Amino acid sequence: MRISVQSEDFDLGAEVKAISGNPKIGAVASFVGLVRDNAMTLEHYPGMTERAIGKIVEEAKSRWQVMDCTVIHRHGALKPNDQIVLVAVASGHRGDAFAACEFIMDYLKTQAPFWKKEQTPEGVRWVEAKTTDDQAAERWTENSRPVAK
Amino acid sequence: MKIKVLYFASVREKLGKDAEEIELPAGVATVAGLRSHLRLRGGAWAEALADGRLLRTAVNQDMAQAGAAIKAGDEVAFFPPVTGG
Repeated sequence: MRISVQSEDFDLGAEVKAISGNPKIGAVASFVGLVRDNAMTLEHYPGMTERAIGKIVEEAKSRWQVMDCTVIHRHGALKPNDQIVLVAVASGHRGDAFAACEFIMDYLKTQAPFWKKEQTPEGVRWVEAKTTDDQAAERWTENSRPVAK
Repeated sequence: MKIKVLYFASVREKLGKDAEEIELPAGVATVAGLRSHLRLRGGAWAEALADGRLLRTAVNQDMAQAGAAIKAGDEVAFFPPVTGG
């Protein structure tokens, strides 16, 4: 398991390869989030950020078969189309890999202490939290999703 | 009882402060109590920490509810709902 909060960019291919070595692994699901529309600065809470992501990954491991996992989140100044976040999950089968990857992303959106400040044509503003992000995280508590096997 | 208080993002900007160590008066023992206590400073503090304002709080780097207890040496943080990912 690797969690990194960093200003540097990352290489999806290298990160997937790094968690694919075990011959029991049959699936790696990954997600990469990109900066959309406007340049932005990402602030975070050093220490708590890593801790919060660690707890989310532990929760995912308790729900699905997660054989390895990498979460990278960037901070600092980012421009449109830059990569912001990577979640990659290695598992025996695709169902667990897909579900754990999506779960980690949904929880990261509402639990990890990051804040985006956007440079819009109208000026600089803090991005408002979205209720749709809360709803995306909440659906995992409703058992509305089948646990993939 | 001394604690460390941190402020992030829009809260930090409104207060013009990112961290401070404060001596808690007797009777302030929860996150909500600390928030009310800091509001007494008035001005930007009353505004940024107003009851109607949606804020998140962490105690010792774990998300915490308003009723969460605070003890000496704790690190308490106030910040807006998160927007990462």
